[in-house]
Amino acid sequence: MAKVKRSPWVLHYDGSSCNGCDIEVLACLTPVYDAERFGIINTGDPLQADIFLITGGINSQNQPVVKQLYEQMSNPKVVVAVGTCACTGGIFKECYNIKGGVDTTIPVDIYVPGCAARPQSIIDGLVQAINLFEKRCDDYAYQLNAEGQ
Amino acid sequence: MTIVNVLSVVCFIVFGPLIGGLLSGIDRKLSARMQGRIGPSVLQPFYDIKKLLNKQRIDIVDTSMSGLLLSYMILMIMSGAIFFSGSDILMSVFVLSTASTFLYFAAIVTSSPYNSIAASRELVQIMTYEPAVLLACVGFYLVTGTFNVGAISQTDSVLLWQLPGFFIAFVFILTIKMRKSPFDISGGHHAHQELVQGITTEMGARNLAIFHIAEWYENVFLLGFVALFALNKNLWSIPLAVVLVALVFFTEVLIDNVSARMKMKNMLRITWLVTLFAAGLNLLVLMLVH
Repeated sequence: MAKVKRSPWVLHYDGSSCNGCDIEVLACLTPVYDAERFGIINTGDPLQADIFLITGGINSQNQPVVKQLYEQMSNPKVVVAVGTCACTGGIFKECYNIKGGVDTTIPVDIYVPGCAARPQSIIDGLVQAINLFEKRCDDYAYQLNAEGQ
Repeated sequence: MTIVNVLSVVCFIVFGPLIGGLLSGIDRKLSARMQGRIGPSVLQPFYDIKKLLNKQRIDIVDTSMSGLLLSYMILMIMSGAIFFSGSDILMSVFVLSTASTFLYFAAIVTSSPYNSIAASRELVQIMTYEPAVLLACVGFYLVTGTFNVGAISQTDSVLLWQLPGFFIAFVFILTIKMRKSPFDISGGHHAHQELVQGITTEMGARNLAIFHIAEWYENVFLLGFVALFALNKNLWSIPLAVVLVALVFFTEVLIDNVSARMKMKNMLRITWLVTLFAAGLNLLVLMLVH
């Protein structure tokens, strides 16, 4: 994986979760897992992000927020749902305010299961997201070229 | 203007961003190693720029931001070019301030609250570092009798021995200029966050790429300024200057990694105190000697 020639910047949004997955996401940035070796930067700015990483489910209050963050990110972009709650709604699924997983609001590309998702599987998901992001970058460049001609 | 001057300006314009990007990569690698991580490739900043240039363009609220950022970059290149052509050091410093003002405008036109606060912080930063930069120029003048960079770099002795106070003040404000902790108040690097992304909050895709390239030019110019403290007409001063620049760069990365962000008022107070005592005392001694 040392050959990754892109710079996937990650925007992390914490939905309706128990914060277990969020702590694991932060663990990915620590010296033990060091996600930055893939060029990943955990940015707080949707305008600069390429990968939208969401933990936790969607509820009626954070639905517009997630939508807005997704819309503010410029193309090409990839969405990763981390943890069971983000994938399906998980343990909170039957709650009155929960809409379900992230895919009820925005299109999700990569699902990372686990409660809480382990750092290894989060990094595995991110690496898959990077590959998809590379492909989308190439497609986007191709599309721009085609439009130019 | 001799052929050497023209050549050095062309070298600055062509190789400036390459060296600046490489320095930024080394910075990230060094920081990672200091934190016990492997860190990204040294060429990562170039991948970042390539990605940013290929992303969908976004113009936030006001399209004039792109133009203002471009002016920032062009003025930054101009100030570096004035410096490396061996002309007036004061002029190059003034153009540098103008460039910073354009960055302020680029941030404030967006009328985004986060960006506006970061922009006003940038103004305070400019106010904080400006005295030390100007005093360094005055120091060069007092010792060499000229503001001409070419003439300053052709003296008999190493200027650092006569200008230690000015040097300390300049390296101190370099932390602000290079956006390093504890003075990364209007926006930092790596994964540092303050008010979302500080002054770059509303910059994405191509705009952010322009911002980074301008910063690379700026860093090369500022490290050139540091080298001026060691350069003289002897050939052996060139390796000395390189060592000095490398030392200063390493110190900045080290300070960045061992300190936490400071409050704005403290930054202003401490920086002005250091400027006053280090550069001021040095100035006093030089005036008495001459």
